[in-house]
Amino acid sequence: MNIAVAIRLMPKVGDELEVDESGTDIDRELVDMAISEFDDQALEEAVLLKEATGATVTAVGLRSDGIDEALRLAYARGADRLVVVDAGEIDTYDSRTGALAFAEAFRQLEPDLVLTGVQTPTDVFGQTAPYLAANLGWPQANVVVGVTLADGTARVVQEYAGGRLAVLGLDLPAIVGVQSASSPPRYVAMARLRQAMTEASTETLNVSVDAPAVPSSVVSLARPASQAQATMLDGEAEEIAAKLVGVLRERGALPG
Amino acid sequence: MGDVLTYLESPVNDRLLGFARPLADAAGGDLVALVAGAEPGSKDASAADVVLEAAHPALSPYLPEAHQAVLAAAINEVSPDLVVLENTTAGLDLGAAAAAATGRPFVSYCVELAIEDGEARSVSGIYGGQLHATANTRLPAVFAINSVALHDAPQAAGRGERAELAPPAKIESLRTTFVEPVEQPDEGVDLTKADRIVCVGRGIGSKENIEIAEELAEALDAEMGASRPVIDSGWLPKARQVGKSGAHVTPKLYLSLGVSGAPEHVEGMQGAELIVAVNTDPGAAIFHIAHYGVVADLFDIADELTNLLGE
Ligand SMILES: Cc1cc2nc3c(=O)[nH]c(=O)nc-3n(C[C@H](O)[C@H](O)[C@H](O)COP(=O)(O)OP(=O)(O)OC[C@H]3O[C@@H](n4cnc5c(N)ncnc54)[C@H](O)[C@@H]3O)c2cc1C
Ligand SMILES: Nc1ncnc2c1ncn2[C@@H]1O[C@H](COP(=O)(O)O)[C@@H](O)[C@H]1O
Repeated sequence: MNIAVAIRLMPKVGDELEVDESGTDIDRELVDMAISEFDDQALEEAVLLKEATGATVTAVGLRSDGIDEALRLAYARGADRLVVVDAGEIDTYDSRTGALAFAEAFRQLEPDLVLTGVQTPTDVFGQTAPYLAANLGWPQANVVVGVTLADGTARVVQEYAGGRLAVLGLDLPAIVGVQSASSPPRYVAMARLRQAMTEASTETLNVSVDAPAVPSSVVSLARPASQAQATMLDGEAEEIAAKLVGVLRERGALPG
Repeated sequence: MGDVLTYLESPVNDRLLGFARPLADAAGGDLVALVAGAEPGSKDASAADVVLEAAHPALSPYLPEAHQAVLAAAINEVSPDLVVLENTTAGLDLGAAAAAATGRPFVSYCVELAIEDGEARSVSGIYGGQLHATANTRLPAVFAINSVALHDAPQAAGRGERAELAPPAKIESLRTTFVEPVEQPDEGVDLTKADRIVCVGRGIGSKENIEIAEELAEALDAEMGASRPVIDSGWLPKARQVGKSGAHVTPKLYLSLGVSGAPEHVEGMQGAELIVAVNTDPGAAIFHIAHYGVVADLFDIADELTNLLGE
């Protein structure tokens, strides 16, 4: 059983984002890129499946700044094989183009199951899992909160509005978009992380993608124009607390 | 000339029809509603001009593969200028796939969508709601709309004509099966009825720290709520999750501690009467929806508030 995890990068959670001079993208000089938080969940689910079934986990990323470190971290977390997909000069931050490169890689790598994050927080052009399903013609389920393998099928728990759940069976090969892993992503000891950084090696897979010109583009990126900006309370913590209690009392929001 | 095709989930989503009606007017075409299920005829979607019914046993309960095939077939049949879905599980499952299958561009996470000079102009929330991306898209195209942007049912009834869509042949050879619904334990908590909620986010840092927020909640006679990462980490039970995949709450007071304000969270709490947010990051998206904001360490504020209220 071969499981591939499609890994995309996003600015580290908490890093401050600035829009660059073009006005249509973030300034990547100012942020550190890390595994996207949802792809991180997909990676964890893949490693849990490996532990349960002895499957092999291949972490697959698109060539870009920071991908090597991200894949090595995946190795420290339990991935067996690391593949950097080189599709030449493509925009790896565009989900549509990225999915074409991943699809080409999976045609060659022939995994039984592909896991990836439920969505890509860094662009507007859609989600990797359903794009892969359309490109590869494999069955797919997105917004999944748990995967098990039984009798040549993947059993996935799909989540709906309000947290309702159902179990679906997908014939393999299949694609699963993971919302959250069955248990939170594990933390790896620093020593193991350092060891992985030197011990792991990545392979490069060259693919060519024929990305059609898509008549849709971002014309501006900006902080939300806030309809109603909050009234900010400042001062020392004690003062703020007093002001807040005043507001709550005035607004009738206190109990009793 | 240009029709707008909406994909309607069960139960029928009038708010999506309300969102799509002005687009159909602007595009000068019909508002077409696709209803796919075992018995689509039982669904009232008369707010649309044409209700396209796709009937097949494989269409309920929901199977992504079956619905994707039907949506692609409907797009090919109607040739709409715009296809709009709500950005729910179905939107995340079907939007990109249907767009790719029919050779159309797809724009997701829309909070605004309008037609200008024959093109679509959309605004989408990305990077956890921190940034808004405006995109221009040549039609025809597919759009997934964030639930926060859906407000009212259409003002006027549509023609409500019913038409049938023959399910595509593919639906007879699906590689996806419905296994079973998952019964969820009743945890005896109903946040939708709470008057006051103290909601903790990832900023709370650890399970041990939850207690600090609980003391404040007690002093405020409030229920504890949490963002998804807190629930996923097992720090609080699922019934306390606020958001897209949790409870949609409308308390008198919603006080958040260390919540960034991602669109999926905001979806569940924007209806609160009074929203107060504490976050160390002045750029946090939560400050765009909060009425009162505090840029400070949540632990300092929680301690002081608990003390003050306890007096
Ligand atoms: C299909 C789908 C459904 C989802 N459903 C939900 C849902 O129902 N509910 C939900 O909440 N999310 C949901 N999400 C997840 C959502 O996208 C975000 O990932 C999540 O809301 C982020 O939670 P957070 O704000 O707690 O964490 P983060 O985004 O990590 O924010 C933590 C915040 O805490 C602040 N902070 C850190 N330390 C402190 C401190 N000491 N004092 C004060 N502030 C501090 C930081 O500045 C930061 O803003 C869903 C996602 C998807 C794709
Ligand atoms: N020791 C570790 N074990 C597991 N994940 C880690 C570890 N260190 C960093 N990460 C992940 O890598 C990303 C960047 O982390 P950091 O470099 O610590 O800011 C985060 O999303 C973490 O999930």
